[in-house]
Amino acid sequence: MSELKRTALRDFHAAHGARLVDFAGWEMPVQYRSILEEHKAVRRAAGLFDVSHMGEVDVRGPEAGRFLNHLVTNDVAKLYPGRVLYSPMCYANGGVVDDLLVYLRAADDYFLCINAGNIDKDLAWIREQAAAFQVTITDRSADYGLLAIQGPRAAEIVQSLTGAKLGLVKYYHFAEATVAGIHCLASRTGYTGEDGFELYHAASESVALAEALLAAGASRGLELAGLGARDGLRLEAGYPLYGHEITADISPLTAGLGWTVKLDKGGDFIGRAALVAERERGAPNKVIFFKTGDRRIVRAETPVLGADGAIVGRVLSGTLSPLLNEAIGSALVTTPSAAGNLSVDLRGTRMALQLTKPPFVELKKTSL
Amino acid sequence: MSNIPAELRYAKSHEWVKTESDGSVTIGITHFAQEALGDITYVQVPKIGAVLKAGETFGVVESVKAASDLYAPVGGTVLAVNAVLATTPETVNRAPYTDGWMLKLKPANAAEIQGLLDAASYAKVAE
Repeated sequence: MSELKRTALRDFHAAHGARLVDFAGWEMPVQYRSILEEHKAVRRAAGLFDVSHMGEVDVRGPEAGRFLNHLVTNDVAKLYPGRVLYSPMCYANGGVVDDLLVYLRAADDYFLCINAGNIDKDLAWIREQAAAFQVTITDRSADYGLLAIQGPRAAEIVQSLTGAKLGLVKYYHFAEATVAGIHCLASRTGYTGEDGFELYHAASESVALAEALLAAGASRGLELAGLGARDGLRLEAGYPLYGHEITADISPLTAGLGWTVKLDKGGDFIGRAALVAERERGAPNKVIFFKTGDRRIVRAETPVLGADGAIVGRVLSGTLSPLLNEAIGSALVTTPSAAGNLSVDLRGTRMALQLTKPPFVELKKTSL
Repeated sequence: MSNIPAELRYAKSHEWVKTESDGSVTIGITHFAQEALGDITYVQVPKIGAVLKAGETFGVVESVKAASDLYAPVGGTVLAVNAVLATTPETVNRAPYTDGWMLKLKPANAAEIQGLLDAASYAKVAE
């Protein structure tokens, strides 16, 4: 068995009682005291997540923008310095290599944040596609730590540690900021559906930054939150997770991410022809979201049954929403069956799936 | 505080058994089991009157992470089930040996209880 990789905060997590597990080859905290309690703390006040395992990539050069618009499905040309863009990155057949964030720091100077489990695959893919462009691709994953602070009081907590005017940093924007004396790229993004920041910083400063945020947040309800809570929060918000709602076999259109696929952005991009064809012909399958009205979790890979009891798909993600107090999830089902009358069999009990348009819960926004 | 009370008997499958003064037995899962499962979200228990054999599946405990079968440590007839768990299954996390009990049985064969592990032996299983 290969050794698990560690973030700079591994011992910090252990000292705070984390249960550490193998997550995509990284030794990461799945929970500190309770997945469900940490989840509720994020919706109520704020949670602090170590997501330093995520990958960072610099994309620089005179053709960086043109290259990225060829590489991803969303329109990179819409970016201006300080703006962030979410986008899938597809194969030629429309399947997804990964989903990522694109940051434009200055002209010809972009920065990507990619999924931890896909770093090697993505870098190989990106470098292969970049061969014909004047760009330099640099893996910065080991240099950066990344702390996500999320929840209605997250911005207030970060603001208490910086002179930067965070109110000027709107959703899906970022700014350079010194937080608790540590230089950060403060990105108003996240994976929980709540307001908050993702703070990129030098990995050597991770412990100091985490300690400072935890101290500033203690009186404001901030709690350490693990990847278990993060997964429940993202599903409650209706966000896709690579390997579940989007995969090499599930295109962004099938996944309901049509808003991230700009077929008419001008110029070709990888996967465009396949995605145009999918849009014209209609996809054979569709990702749907459901709740059940029951506490029993409908787990990934559970077969989904149609009106006549035949298998029409499978569950992609499933958990218990601690806010709704019922099971929620996503499933890939045949397009004709997606209109309704779906169910699953849970150890002999037939459970109806109630189609739901996410987010499953009302998401709060702060004014800061 | 002991996480493995000395007065109880244990199954290798992480259920505990308490013999009550009237000869009935109360059954639940151990502190070790609830901790390994994490946040418990659902507990399925049998109906009152059901007859269980030792080693037979009597229900399911589900957590955010996993679903796990529950095994009857001894055989007998179900006298009562813990109704609280239907609405607050997390009681098993909070108080696995007290408020989080799962069912009471009238044992078919009291000798089966003596065949279970004592606290010291279970401590080795739960290491």
